[in-house]
Amino acid sequence: MAEEVLVFGAWGSPFSRRVEMALKLKGIEYKFIEEDLTNKSPSLLKYNPVHKKIPVLVHNGKPVAESLVILEYIDETWKDHPILPKDPYERANARFWAKFIDEKCLSAIFKACWGACWGEEKEHEKAEIEHEKAVKEVSELLQFLENELKEKRYFGGETVGLLDIAANTIGYWLGVFEEASGVELLTREKFPKLCNWANEFVCVTAIKENLPPRDKLIAYFRNRFGAGNASK
Amino acid sequence: MADELVLLDFWPSMFGMRVRIALAEKGIEYEYKEEDLRNKSPLLLEMNPIHKKIPVLIHNGKPVCESLIIVQYIDEVWRDRSPLLPTDPYQRAHARFWADYVDKKVYEVSRKIWTTKGEEKEAGKKEFFEIFKTLEGELGDKPYFGGETFGFVDLSLIPFYSWFHAIETFGEFNIEAECPKIVAWAKRCLQIETVAKTLPDQKKVYEFVGQMRKRFGLE
Repeated sequence: MAEEVLVFGAWGSPFSRRVEMALKLKGIEYKFIEEDLTNKSPSLLKYNPVHKKIPVLVHNGKPVAESLVILEYIDETWKDHPILPKDPYERANARFWAKFIDEKCLSAIFKACWGACWGEEKEHEKAEIEHEKAVKEVSELLQFLENELKEKRYFGGETVGLLDIAANTIGYWLGVFEEASGVELLTREKFPKLCNWANEFVCVTAIKENLPPRDKLIAYFRNRFGAGNASK
Repeated sequence: MADELVLLDFWPSMFGMRVRIALAEKGIEYEYKEEDLRNKSPLLLEMNPIHKKIPVLIHNGKPVCESLIIVQYIDEVWRDRSPLLPTDPYQRAHARFWADYVDKKVYEVSRKIWTTKGEEKEAGKKEFFEIFKTLEGELGDKPYFGGETFGFVDLSLIPFYSWFHAIETFGEFNIEAECPKIVAWAKRCLQIETVAKTLPDQKKVYEFVGQMRKRFGLE
């Protein structure tokens, strides 16, 4: 029976790229629909009425929303190249760190890169203190991930798994934010393992083919959020 | 080899209640350790160094954190009885989506109501109704979010019911009047032995929240 897989996403979003990475890893064919997030399509609003966000995976007409929920669905539906381990404890661990990345890391990274420029306080000194706090917080969070990686090639072990895919924000987008805002966060001296992992990660075929062009992404973020905290 | 299970928890925590219900549903024995959240034990800090929060399930010395992750872990280890999640991948995704919705929305809005005053409180109440109306929409005519039987989404939401009396008293509104379907669903869940035995008395929670408010200078 012919399968229809649609992905509603946006070219620059790490969340919709996660879905594409997982599908590519498993060799699943799909149709990508680019959403204009300032003018969301009736289809998107129909498939995700609760959050009205991308990504949404539509499999034979049935929608699944929220990138981490979608990744688990993909893994349970298409059994080739599993992205979650079999052992329940290791599965819980992968889920824990994926949630950690989404709930803690991204907002902290944004704050460190662009926080004080956005906010109400444009006073230099106050902004400086806030900025230093934010950078310190990111450093602590990245240290947790550095420790979790240990001697593994990927978070998933020998092959890329769900946590590596979820960490695409760290593996690629973080570097983009750093360059766009001029703020250094993922340094080689402090995080050698994480840096090595990021280099390996972006070389994996299924991942490489799904990374948005770096220059275009940098320009987009600079345009959207300004030149960043480092440009004083 | 006998399994050793320890649950680090705090009696009024909705998140802890989820794990307690899951363990009860599976008929699993465990040691319950009450944490004083203003004076966290060395064990808690060792087992959850990242978030330093309860609940934490320690299984043969290995910690699992985050309530919904713990519940899924329990479901996968003790897979031979009382499934907490459906077997079909699409239904599982649907259940995870709605449990995630509860996680993202219900705690924050509830907290907003009992920790704020004036305009902020009113905004919180409005948001509370919107969120619960959405949940009522998802429930539809089903007896449970899981369909004919109590499931993952029901388990993720029902602990908040033990906080309703506190929320509506301090919020100065009547939840049943605005969201009758949700209250009816909650009462149906309370017919289930494991849920009834796990959820603390609403009055006790109300007293606890009253004490917290005094500490925050709200009383």
